Formats: sequence, C-alpha cells, structure tokens
Amino acid sequence: MTMPDVHGAVDAVWRIESARLIAGLARIVRDVGLAEDLAQDALVAALEQWPASGIPDNPGAWLMATAKHRAIDLLRRDQMLDRKHAELGVALQSRGEAAAPDLEAAMDDDISDDLLRLIFTACHPVLAAEARVALTLRLLGGLTTEEIARAFLAPVPTIQQRIVRAKRTLREAHVPFEVPRETERAGRLSSVLEVVYLIFNEGYAATAGDDWVRPALCEDALRLGRILAELAPQEPEVHGLVALMEIQASRLRARVGPSGEPILLLDQNRGRWDQLLIRRGLAALERAERLGSSLGPYALQGAIAACHARATSPEETDWTRITALYDALAQLTPSPVVELNRAVAYAMAFGPAAGLEIADALLAEPSLRSYHLLPAVRGDLLAKLGRREEAREAFERAAALTHNARERTLLLERAAASVAPAAGRREPGSQADRP
Amino acid sequence: MRVMVIVPASKESEAGVLPDEKILNEMGKFNEQLVKAGVMLAGEGLHPTSKAKRVRFDGAKRTVTDGPFTESKELIAGFWLWQVKSMDEAVEWLKRAPFGGGVEIVIRPVFETEDFGAAATPEIREREARLRAQVAARQK
Repeated sequence: MTMPDVHGAVDAVWRIESARLIAGLARIVRDVGLAEDLAQDALVAALEQWPASGIPDNPGAWLMATAKHRAIDLLRRDQMLDRKHAELGVALQSRGEAAAPDLEAAMDDDISDDLLRLIFTACHPVLAAEARVALTLRLLGGLTTEEIARAFLAPVPTIQQRIVRAKRTLREAHVPFEVPRETERAGRLSSVLEVVYLIFNEGYAATAGDDWVRPALCEDALRLGRILAELAPQEPEVHGLVALMEIQASRLRARVGPSGEPILLLDQNRGRWDQLLIRRGLAALERAERLGSSLGPYALQGAIAACHARATSPEETDWTRITALYDALAQLTPSPVVELNRAVAYAMAFGPAAGLEIADALLAEPSLRSYHLLPAVRGDLLAKLGRREEAREAFERAAALTHNARERTLLLERAAASVAPAAGRREPGSQADRP
Repeated sequence: MRVMVIVPASKESEAGVLPDEKILNEMGKFNEQLVKAGVMLAGEGLHPTSKAKRVRFDGAKRTVTDGPFTESKELIAGFWLWQVKSMDEAVEWLKRAPFGGGVEIVIRPVFETEDFGAAATPEIREREARLRAQVAARQK
C-alpha cells in the first residue's frame, strides 16, 4: 500500500471507529474532551505506524489499546496518581492484559450505552446550539474540524475554538457522562434532536452562501439520525425526526435546477424523488406512530412530509389532512413559522383567501419582521387573488430579506412576473416547500 | 455518497445451497453493525438463476430465455446499498464482512446528480420543461 492509500484508509477507519473509541474512552476517563484528545493521539500513532506496519486486522481494537496506554501514561506523567487514579491505572492495565475476546465482547455490549451517553453529553443544554452542532459532528459524525468549517462556511480557527470552548464548558460544568434520568430525559432528548435537525437544515436550506443545498450535511445528519434510531429505538420522536429527514432528503435531487436555482415542492419533477428514501421515511413514520399514543412535533412534520411523498402529482396532495396535521402542530408547538406553514396549507386546501387571513395575522409578529418567507408566502397568495401590485411589493420585500443569492433571484423574478402582462404568464407554484 | 456492493454468485449459491447457520449468524452481525452505523440503506439476496429469466433485445425483437445461466462469473447473488463518506470508507467496511474462500466483492459508486455535470443539462432542462408544461396544462 502506498502512503496516500494508507492515509485514505486511516481516515476511513477513523470515520468508522472514532465515535465508539471516544465513547468507550469517555466512560473510563469521565471527560469527553480528554477522551477525544486520547483518541486523536491514537490516530496520530496510527498515521505514524501503519504506513510501515500495514493496517492491523482489527484497527478499532488497535486504536483502543493505544489510546488506553496513552491514558495510563498521561495519568502518570501528570503525577495524578492519587489513590483513585492508581486504581484506574491498575484497572486499565489489567483490562489490557485480559483475554482480548472477553474484553471486546464486554466493550461491544456497553458500546451502545456509551454512544448514547456521548450524544447526550455533546448535545447538553449547557452548550450553545452552534457548539452542540460542532461537537456532535466532531465526536459522533467523525468529521474533522476542517470538514465542519467547510460545511458551515466558517474559518477553521473559529470552529476549532468553538470545539475547545465546548469541551471546556462541559468539564467546568461537571456535566456527567451519562444518559439522563427519566425526569429530564424528554427535555434532553429534544436538545439532541434539535442538533441533528439543525445540521440537516443547514444542508437542506443553506442559510448562507451561494448554494441552495449542501447535500453532504444532509447525509451527515441522516446518518446521525439513523444511528440514534438504533440507540434509542423506543423513542417515537427519534423515528419521527428520521422520517422527516428521510422524506425531505428524498427530494434533494429535485430541489435544484440545472443552473443551481431552487425548484419549489409543487414544481418539482416527482420522478426524481428518491423512492428508496421515501420508503425508509414512511417506515420510520410507521414506527413513530406505533410507539407513540399521539404524534410529537417531529413525527407530525414527518407525517406532513409523507402526505407530499405519497402524492404522485401535486393535485393529488391531501391538503385537508395537511391542514389537520398543521393544526395539531400549532397546538403542540405554537410558533409564527408553524402558523405561516399552516397558512400555506389552508390556502391549498380552502383557497388563497383562507391562507392570506392566517398570513396577514402574522404581520404584527415581531419575530417575523425580517423573515423572508412571510412576504414570500403573502406575495404568492396575493398574486393568486389577483392583487398584483401588492404581490410585487411583497416579493420585493422577501428578496431584500433573504440571505441566499439563489433565492433572491427567484423572488425578484416573481416580483417582476406579478405585474407582467398576463398573456402566457405561467403561475409558478406556491412557496409551500417544507416540510 | 452511495455505493453498491455486489456479491457474485458461486457454485453453491447457484445450486441453491443456503449458507450454514454460522455464516448466517456472522452475516447477521455484520449487517447489524452496518445498520447501527447508519451505513446500510438496503441489501438483498437473490435466488439462483434457475429461477431467473433473460430478455434479449434485438431491434424490435425480444427473446426470452429461462435460467439457469452458466456464465457464473457475470452472475450476482446479492447486493447492498451503502451510504458512506468515501470509497475508502466503503473498503474499510467491506473488509469487515465475513467472506472467505477467495470470493471477490466489487464496490461500485452510484451516480449522484452532480456526476452528470453540464453534460446532462439540456436533457434535464427538457424534462423539467415537459413536466412544467404538464402541470400547467392540468391547472387550466
């Protein structure tokens, strides 16, 4: 194997093994930051040794053994061999000498619990959302700092600092490495789900930059979601989130036109929707429905996405069911953004006037003042009602508010089309795009 | 990226011999690992070609042949679809699969939209245009 080959292989091994490695180490040293440093040291050792020695048959076990030795060395070097650490050192050594298969079997049984602990720790509410996102991608997604920086169009040092600070915060707050107890479990789980969905959304509707979508981030989020569904299979909302992401991701190919411009849901070529992901999404939704007595916010959004996925043409969409699902969502998690989506659904089910009534009620909402989708939706509904001048104004306002270059172009086109002569004018689909 | 991992047919698979319990067990464990890692999208095993049919295209003519087929090199016995970050990652996963006996498994990257690049643009444009026309027609 040539050197670059080994590097590629080491990267691949890292992606596969790092989360398990860090999780296993964190259980031993009770510090996620230290666990990651130890894992990184083992990776450096692999990069030094594997080109000459070849890749070991069980690279994961090799990395784990190396990291554990480092842990012992570190404890000794830091002269922290108080009684507790001495015990730990002995425990580590005797484990290392134990028959390898036994140790591995024991590790394998525990690893799911360790991974779950790691996810809950990385997504701890003591951390800001952006710190949770970076740490989760790093510790569980196996992404390098450079990859995270590229994904979020941020400078590498920014992400580096974010991760360092997050690890320090966890240490200083003495966040325990554990799965939260029943009483706080629901809140902590929603913090985890929020992080995964934030990552997905950053890929699905890029908030910055010139690209409308960054599929690699969607894939990372989906993978995290699928892992989580295996780790916490009894949680309906985990399956709800997976359903939502699988179905939304099924449209990735259809959402971008030939020159990178966005294509909205009702204008998409449904033949290009990924049927494999749709099937997986519908199966995840079924699991969520089986587990929960009533649907949670992610499962509801997944169910809405499923209504679109099941319709072979826009006309076949069950908009009445979608309005009912949005009503439920608005009750469970009332928010101006949910209201806006409800407005779109009502417009489709019961006519543009019904939708505009809900949308107009949001004009006084301070949190939506700079949210481009409100004027975008209003523009669409006003255009359908033939209030063309008002429609143009709304679209122009939406164009001024969006940060996405591609979307701005689309909105300006619609502003111009609103007041263009009606002959031959094609009415583009509604803004209804999500979920 | 997605890859298809193609398992070739063997004398045994073509004879309809099912793998023994040990191999089934090991394969089950391997599949479980793939699912737990969020890598497995789909995977299927195929019946021997004695149950297959082959359709040959020649101009307007269609000739149907019943299996079994003998060119076993070209036959497959199963496949997986995996979601991975790179071909390297796919290789690392495949190395962990419980195969033996000189079998050779092939990993093929699946085309992604960006692979088509500018070349397919006119065709995609045309298809989009057709669809838009259909939608517009229905709305009238």
